[in-house]
Amino acid sequence: MTANSEIDMPAQTAGTTHSEETSVEPVIAVNNLNIYYDKFLAVRDVTMEIASRSITALIGPSGCGKSTFLRSLNRMHEVIPKAHVDGVVQLNGENIYRPDVDPVTVRRRIGMVFQRPNPFPTMSIYENVLAGMRLNANRLSKPDADEIVERSLTGANLWGEVKDRLDNPGSSLSGGQQQRLCIARAIAVEPEVLLMDEPCSALDPISTMAIEALMEQLKDQFTIVIVTHNMQQAARVSQRTAFFNIDGPGQPGHIVEMDLTEKMFSNPQEKATSDYVTGRFG
Amino acid sequence: MTATMSPPQSQVSSLTTGKMHRAIPFAICAFSIAVGVVGVYSIGGFKWGWMAIVAAHLYLLLVTIASRVIEDRRQATDRAMRTVMTIAFTTVTIPLISVFWKVIAEGASRFDRKFFTGSMRITPEDMLAQMEGAAVGGALHAMAGTLIITAIAGIISVPLGLLTAIYLVEYGKGKLAGAVTRMVDVMTGIPSIVAGLFAYALFELFLGPGTRSGLSGGVALSLLMTPVVVRSSEEMLRLVPNELREASLALGVAKWRTILKVVLPTAIAGILTGITLAVARVIGETAPLLVTAGVAQDINLNPFSGRMTTLPVFSYYEYVQPGVPPETGIARAWGAALMLVMIVAVLFTAARIMSHVLKPKGLK
Amino acid sequence: MWSPVFFGEATLVSQPVAQEKIKKAPTSVPDRLFSSLSQASAATILLLLSGVAFFLTVVGWSGIFGDIEGMSGSDNFVEYVGPLVFGTVYAATLALLIATPLAFAVALFISHYAPRRLAQTLGYVVDLLAAIPSVVFGIWGITVVAPLLSKNVYPWANDNLSFIPFFSGTASTSGRTMLTAGMVLAMMILPIITAISREVFLQTPRLHEEASLALGATKWEMIRQAVIPYGRSGVISGAMLGLGRALGETMAVAIILSPSDGYFWSILTNQNSNTIASNIALKFPEAYGLDVNRLIATGLVLFLLSFGVNMLARRVANSGFSGAAG
Repeated sequence: MTANSEIDMPAQTAGTTHSEETSVEPVIAVNNLNIYYDKFLAVRDVTMEIASRSITALIGPSGCGKSTFLRSLNRMHEVIPKAHVDGVVQLNGENIYRPDVDPVTVRRRIGMVFQRPNPFPTMSIYENVLAGMRLNANRLSKPDADEIVERSLTGANLWGEVKDRLDNPGSSLSGGQQQRLCIARAIAVEPEVLLMDEPCSALDPISTMAIEALMEQLKDQFTIVIVTHNMQQAARVSQRTAFFNIDGPGQPGHIVEMDLTEKMFSNPQEKATSDYVTGRFG
Repeated sequence: MTATMSPPQSQVSSLTTGKMHRAIPFAICAFSIAVGVVGVYSIGGFKWGWMAIVAAHLYLLLVTIASRVIEDRRQATDRAMRTVMTIAFTTVTIPLISVFWKVIAEGASRFDRKFFTGSMRITPEDMLAQMEGAAVGGALHAMAGTLIITAIAGIISVPLGLLTAIYLVEYGKGKLAGAVTRMVDVMTGIPSIVAGLFAYALFELFLGPGTRSGLSGGVALSLLMTPVVVRSSEEMLRLVPNELREASLALGVAKWRTILKVVLPTAIAGILTGITLAVARVIGETAPLLVTAGVAQDINLNPFSGRMTTLPVFSYYEYVQPGVPPETGIARAWGAALMLVMIVAVLFTAARIMSHVLKPKGLK
Repeated sequence: MWSPVFFGEATLVSQPVAQEKIKKAPTSVPDRLFSSLSQASAATILLLLSGVAFFLTVVGWSGIFGDIEGMSGSDNFVEYVGPLVFGTVYAATLALLIATPLAFAVALFISHYAPRRLAQTLGYVVDLLAAIPSVVFGIWGITVVAPLLSKNVYPWANDNLSFIPFFSGTASTSGRTMLTAGMVLAMMILPIITAISREVFLQTPRLHEEASLALGATKWEMIRQAVIPYGRSGVISGAMLGLGRALGETMAVAIILSPSDGYFWSILTNQNSNTIASNIALKFPEAYGLDVNRLIATGLVLFLLSFGVNMLARRVANSGFSGAAG
């Protein structure tokens, strides 16, 4: 049941992965993953690992499949009809794509924050935070609920700003606050992994800074995978970075290289990677 | 800043909380049907309806319990609701199919030449033949009446409705526009018989009580048709992108010309569709015509005087006053009903096709 | 793509206009004519609607306040129209109670459970159902539904449930009861409520549905969390529209219901309060003199009733929408 240690990676057909860390068990291990929209191959042959309690960034030009890949990690990809995958994704050693696994159970353990903040408009801030908990727990007593709300909002760096107006609708907050509310909602259920799909692209620079600071704190408790089109952001926040690329329109996206962030940005192995991070294309 | 959060527990629970085998729902379904059939039969015989009801409830109960036991509470709820939705949907399709089936089965018996070419002016010989059971009499007068009265309604409501829609979209910004929009909303809710009474009252005030005419019927129908035309035309006109209007005006084309030559042609597909649907709506109206155009046995082609029968009124009267023997009258009623359903279905399909085919490329 | 059409026009028009622009007033005569024409049409609509209320009142006046001797029966107007209003509201409410949950479920089924292609066909069929003339429903109701119910349901209900006032009395053998009429009415208003509900459910923002799913919600939980709160006011306004339609429905009730004078609560018997519309349809063709005026006056009452329901529906639709706060 233990995943391969990071040194003994199976051979890949494309992309190179390097690491110098000692064997910390990866939280997510992806093996030869191919992602399809019906018959169209969108992302081909990804093999990589996500290290625990760290931030992994996925970068690449638009259309390269990084968002598709991210969504395949919590099986959100299947929301689109006729979308399916081929390959293995292991969460702490268990393959989430085994035929008898229900996507619902996967999503309780891998949370997601979206590009545009999406608090439930008909619920208050308080209820929004509890939305995920209400699905899981049978009956939440008021003191327990209060404690969870305060804990999650504090964890999302939002408690101070909203603690006096918890009954206001979730949509009454500013964009940056809404996104932090969504983060609070996601971490309230204490997932093992938190996926973030360009969480700052709809926000102003100040809110972006706030979210990035938040991510720095969150990584002590959670494993975070973030898709970003902003290279500088990837360089700022992540410990490891994976670079996805696409060969041409209609071609499948694929992973080119994955390594420690400093190495990816200063001295990457692949030429495509260095071209991208120096801005020659993308 | 960040309070210490307890580190996420490594879930001991596996990802598979138990999944129900795919064949189990089918098995439960078969079992429920069996119980339903046998159970109801032993009590009261072949009561299909009750059998279905018993089987459905049993299935719902059993599959929910099974899911609760094998899977978990949340999956059980999910499955239960899915079953409820499906049962509700199936329940609704039954009367739907029944209506179509009945109308086609009964109405087809009178789809003969005489039905389409004769009116209800019946000769004594025909009367005798009818007593023997021959199919006598036709609906030609009703068909003519439907055509004439619907045409009158269209002549009134299409220009009125279209121009009003143009006013609301292209010109109106003030209080008149607001009032008109609200009034059109109200108009869509007028009961059809009230529209008929209005037409009757209108003509009574000017021409005396007891006036029956095709024109009066057309006026009543136009009251029902106009708001539909206004609403759908308005929607279509609003879909025309402003850039088209501005491009035309910037070239120095007058506003009224812009509307006639640019906006209307772009929206024409949707407008025609809306008009077709409006016609479909009023062509089956009975109540307003009962009180305005009345019912006649003969073909009457003059809308300005005299009663005029339409298909729905014809169908109604043939059913409630079928004459002797009643089967012939009822058969005529069904024949007219079938004709009506076919006309409505054709209009509907034509509207759908129109909206796909005539749509200018590049618009919604 | 439209350029050949109006560029051709414009090049013909632009030259003379450019030269005359300095001399002529900004709105040319045809422009003002057209604008007045369309304005007049809009005003006509206003006139028409006030006309309805006006004419009905004028002609119906003598039906309300006229000499009772000249009318059949001996009731004053309130006594006459009271049972009719009761019957109208009763039948419509019954139809609404039956139709709304069904429409809600069918709309959810079409929008979220049915496979995509089937869903489109289903939507089309439901819309078609809305266009079927009421006289067809009436004849179908009395030939199919009434016998079915009177053989299978009424005796059973009468035997077992007669302690409830709704099911008391002698069960009808012809099936021409309030329950039959209510069920057929429900079939007729179902498409409207379904269509509006379906529209609203389909418009639930993808983002909110995905937020729910990402939290690990099952399909039903997602619907409860994201779809229903969003669509609630839409469903309600659809239901009110259906109610308005049921209040005014004439032919189905006229054919199916066996009417009697008075207030009747039982839905199983042959004695039922008639509805305003059905009463008019039955009595008008043979009515004369002041009876006609009285019938028209009841039409006015119906008009006001459905007007009121319509206004209420609008109020609910506008104010109840909590989904668009952000």
